[in-house]
Amino acid sequence: MTASRIAAAFELAAGERRSAFIGYLTAGDPAAGGTLALARSLDRAGADVLELGVPFSDPIADGPVLQRSAERSLAAGTNLPAVWRLARAIRRESATPLVLFSYLNPLLRRGLERSAAEAKAAGFDAVLVTDLPPEEAGEIQPLLRSAFLDTVFLVSPTSSVERMRSAARLSSGFLYVVSRAGTTGARDFLPPTLPATIVRARRARSGGRLPIAVGFGISTPAAALAAGRLADGVVVGSALVAAAETGGRAAFETLSRRLAAACRRATPPRTGGRP
Amino acid sequence: MAPLEELEWAFARYRADARFRADLGALLSTYGGRPTPITETPRLSESAGGARIVLKREDLLHTGAHKLNNCLGQVLLAKRMGKTRVVAETGAGQHGVATAAAAARLGIPCVVYMGAVDMERQSPNVSRIRLLGAEVVPVDSGSRTLKDAINEAMRDWIENVATTHYVLGSALGPHPYPAIVRHFQSIIGREARAQFRRLAGRDPHAAVACVGGGSNAIGLFSAYLDTAVSLHGVEAGGRGRRPGDHAARFAGGAVGVLHGTRTMLLQDADGQVLPTHSISAGLDYPAVGPEHAYLASTGRVRYHRVSDRQAVHAFRLLARTEGILPALESAHAVAFAVRLARTMSKRSWILVNLSGRGDKDLEIVENSGG
Repeated sequence: MTASRIAAAFELAAGERRSAFIGYLTAGDPAAGGTLALARSLDRAGADVLELGVPFSDPIADGPVLQRSAERSLAAGTNLPAVWRLARAIRRESATPLVLFSYLNPLLRRGLERSAAEAKAAGFDAVLVTDLPPEEAGEIQPLLRSAFLDTVFLVSPTSSVERMRSAARLSSGFLYVVSRAGTTGARDFLPPTLPATIVRARRARSGGRLPIAVGFGISTPAAALAAGRLADGVVVGSALVAAAETGGRAAFETLSRRLAAACRRATPPRTGGRP
Repeated sequence: MAPLEELEWAFARYRADARFRADLGALLSTYGGRPTPITETPRLSESAGGARIVLKREDLLHTGAHKLNNCLGQVLLAKRMGKTRVVAETGAGQHGVATAAAAARLGIPCVVYMGAVDMERQSPNVSRIRLLGAEVVPVDSGSRTLKDAINEAMRDWIENVATTHYVLGSALGPHPYPAIVRHFQSIIGREARAQFRRLAGRDPHAAVACVGGGSNAIGLFSAYLDTAVSLHGVEAGGRGRRPGDHAARFAGGAVGVLHGTRTMLLQDADGQVLPTHSISAGLDYPAVGPEHAYLASTGRVRYHRVSDRQAVHAFRLLARTEGILPALESAHAVAFAVRLARTMSKRSWILVNLSGRGDKDLEIVENSGG
C-alpha cells in the first residue's frame, strides 16, 4: 500500500524542516456551508492536515468553546451523513488530509463498519475517537484499519510508558500528544512538562517513524512556534473556533495564516522520523 | 486512564485493609447511624391488599439517603490516596449533601457540580450543601441536569487529577467506579438480608428498588443475586412514552457509550444522548449503571417503569398510611411494590429499599395536585 495522505503530509513538512500545522473545525458550525468556507481559509493559509469534529451532545473532553460549537452544530441538525457531505465538498476542491474527530457513540450507533466505510468513501484519511482508550480499542481499531483509514490515539502527560506504547502501536498517521491534563480550550502558556511528555511519547514508538503532533490548549502563534519546535505537528482547535465565533471568517483567516507561519518557522528536532 | 488505574489500585489495597475497614465501619455507625432498621408496613400493605411490604430504611441514614455509605467510603479513600480536594456531581442534591457532609467530617475541601434546572427544583439541598462548607457550581450546559453535572465534574477531575478525587455518586462511569460504588453500597443488602431473616425467618419473595444510575438498587440486590428472590428495578416513567418524556432506559434505550460506560442509553438515531424527564431529579439520567444492563440481559433482574403521577400517589400513600415521607425517587419503588403486592398472596413478603427521605420534595409534591 502506498503511504497515506497523512504520512505524506508529515513527510513533506519534515522535508522542509518545519512542523506541520493541523487545524480543527467542528463540522456544521457555522452550518455546513460555513464550515466549508472555513476549511478553504485553512487550506489557503497552508494547513497541512484538517481535523473535522463530529458534534456530540456530551463532549466531556472539550472546554466551553468546543462545547458551544457542538451545540450550535447539533442545533443545525448535523449528523454523520451531513459530515460525509461536507467532507466530499472539501475533497472536491482540496487534497488536504482529513481526520475524522469523533466521540465513540455516534459511530457505534451508525455501526462501526458502516461508519468506517462511509468515512473513507467521503474522503477521510484517518479517524480519532476521543473517548476510546487503547485498552478498549481491540475490536475497533482493526475495523477502522481494514477500511484503509489511519487510526490516531491520544496520549497525555499522565499516560504511563506502557499506555504510550500501546497507543503508539495502534496509531498510524500520527500519535496525538495532549499537552496537559484537562479539556480542550485556549490557554495562555504551554505546560512546563510538555518537552518531557513529548520525549516520553517519542521513546514509546517502536519503529521510531510515527510523527508526533501536540494539541489541547495551543492558542497563539507564539505557543504554536514553541510547540512546533518540540513536535512534528501542532493542532489548534478552540482558538480557531473562538476566532470564527467572535470575529467571523476574517478573524479566522488571519489567525490561520499566523499559526501556519509560526509552524513554518518551527523546526522540530531531527528525532522525528529516522528515515 | 492513569487516574482510573491509580484509583483501581488504591481501592484494591484499601478495601481489604483492616484499618481502613475499621475506620469506615466506625464512621458508618457513630456518624452515619448504621445499621438502619427495617420497618413492616401493616397499613400500607393492607391498602395494597396482598403481600406484606417491608421497608429498608435508608431514609434514616444521616443526610437522609443511602448516598452517605458511598461518600464516606470514597472520601476516606481519597484521604488515604493523599488527595487534598474532592469534587462531586449531584442530581437531586442528596449525593451533593452526603459528599459535602463526608468532606466536612473528614476535613477536605469539596466542590459540587449541579445542573441549573436541578438547583432550582431541589433548592433546599443547595442550601444544605453550602452550609456544609462545600462550593456549589451551577452547570448551564446541555440539559442542565445530572448528566451535564457529571460532564462538568469529569472535566474538573481530569484537569486537577493530581490533587483531586472525583466522588462519583452512582454505580456508573468508567471502571472501577461501578465496582467501588457497589462495594460501598452493598452494606444495604447485607444488613437488610440479616434483618429480614430475623423478622420473617426467611428471605423475601421479592426485592424492589428504584434505579437512576442504580447505586441503591445494586446495594440491595447484591445480597440476593445468588438466591431465588425475584428482583425488580424501577425506572422513571416520567410523563409519557415519547423520547424526552421519561428516563426508562430499558424500555426506550439502546446500547451506547456515555461517561466511559457501555450500557443501555437513551439516544436518538444519530447517537446523540436524549434529554430525559422525571419528577425526581435523582432518576433523571439517560444511562443506567452497566451492571444493571448486564442483570437485565441475563434476566436476573426485571426492570419496570413508574410514572410521575404514580410516584406522587405512592408518596402520599406512604405518608398517610405509615407516617413516612419518602424521597420521590424511592416513591417510584414504593409504587411498584404496591402494584406487585396486589398480585401476590398475603403470606408473601416484599422488601423495598426506601433509599431516601422526602423533605427535599415537599414543594414538588404540594404543587403536583392530586
